[in-house]
Amino acid sequence: MALVQSVLDLIGNTPMVEVSQLSPNPRVRIVVKLEGQNPGGSVKDRIALAMVEQAEKEGVLEPGATIMEPSSGNTGIGLAMVARVKGYRLKVVLPSNVSVERRQLLEVWGAEIIESPGSEGSNGAVRMANGLHQEHPEWVYLYQYANEANPGAHYEGTGPEIWRDCPEVTHFVAGLGTSGTLLGVGRFLKERNPDVQVWAVEPPAGEMVDGLRNLDDGYIPPIFSQLHGAELLDRKTMIGPRESIEWTRRLAEVGVFAGISSGAAMAGAARCARAIDSGVVVIVAADGGWKYLSTGAWTDDLDVVVERAKRTIYF
Amino acid sequence: MPVEVRLPTVLRSAAGGSASVTAEGATIGEVLQNLVAAYPAMAGQVLTDEGALHRFVNVYLNDDDVRYLEQLDTKVSEGDTVSILPAVAGG
Repeated sequence: MALVQSVLDLIGNTPMVEVSQLSPNPRVRIVVKLEGQNPGGSVKDRIALAMVEQAEKEGVLEPGATIMEPSSGNTGIGLAMVARVKGYRLKVVLPSNVSVERRQLLEVWGAEIIESPGSEGSNGAVRMANGLHQEHPEWVYLYQYANEANPGAHYEGTGPEIWRDCPEVTHFVAGLGTSGTLLGVGRFLKERNPDVQVWAVEPPAGEMVDGLRNLDDGYIPPIFSQLHGAELLDRKTMIGPRESIEWTRRLAEVGVFAGISSGAAMAGAARCARAIDSGVVVIVAADGGWKYLSTGAWTDDLDVVVERAKRTIYF
Repeated sequence: MPVEVRLPTVLRSAAGGSASVTAEGATIGEVLQNLVAAYPAMAGQVLTDEGALHRFVNVYLNDDDVRYLEQLDTKVSEGDTVSILPAVAGG
């Protein structure tokens, strides 16, 4: 597909690249799906388009409508691009402590930023957006955490693409986030081959930004519960900021310039490779490294970057 | 045997401000029960009144979420680290 009519036609069909030279186990291959190749720069372009098209189909989104959404960055950016192309207005509830490039990209596509307190993290953005939704029922609230078009985009797009390009996959590893990627891809791959194992990677939120007054403020995406995520996942492993950044750098050493959550997924893949005898591990690199250049993740002293990571939302 | 238990920010005040404490137990369930017994202010925050894992708490044995191991029956060995993390959104 060399010439398309709209940038939205370029969403999906991302390439996969082998990075087995980084595998700690010579009998385990590691393959990365480069979601940074999407036109808005991340995997979230897929769900942004799917949620908007679903809302159009249902008649909730009419020409000139305003969309409001909480996002730590990528979903907001994907929605900003889709909304700009399709002629909707967008308000993004964004924690104040995300990297500067995220704000800049939202501004590129004309989204309005509503700042939520950085100390409350992503949970705080979700809380504020839920409140705004009550006050402004005229704004269309796609709510990625509860929208089945989110895992649906991965069930219909990301999953089949992985199966088409790498049917030898034995393990799928991705970050948890909204859980949309894991739910959609995981379900698709297990339907094709029930032996495929699905691993979630959870980067613990920076201690300064977990945003909780008590544990009852915790949050589980409604789609994770509704679609029985706990039964789908085979394992969930925790990757700290140091490991995430170390593996982000290793990816760059083999030429793959990806974001910090991709480093976390890669660390999860390496852990998986050590735990199994042989296999093919597929990971999703959710975005490219561009939005993280200001964090010094590749160039500054590792200890300094790790310390900074505790105060910033990278995921 | 005693294992290290790492606490999230929201539970530290219940343990005199400590980020990490030790608790005894052969399984995750025993460790958490002993933790709550030693720091009663954590009651209801880690385990429910029925003794189940609180919905918004993720407990890791070293690097693995115990919900995908043997849950509260997951065995604990000397030198292991148990981490309690709150469930947070991403995206």
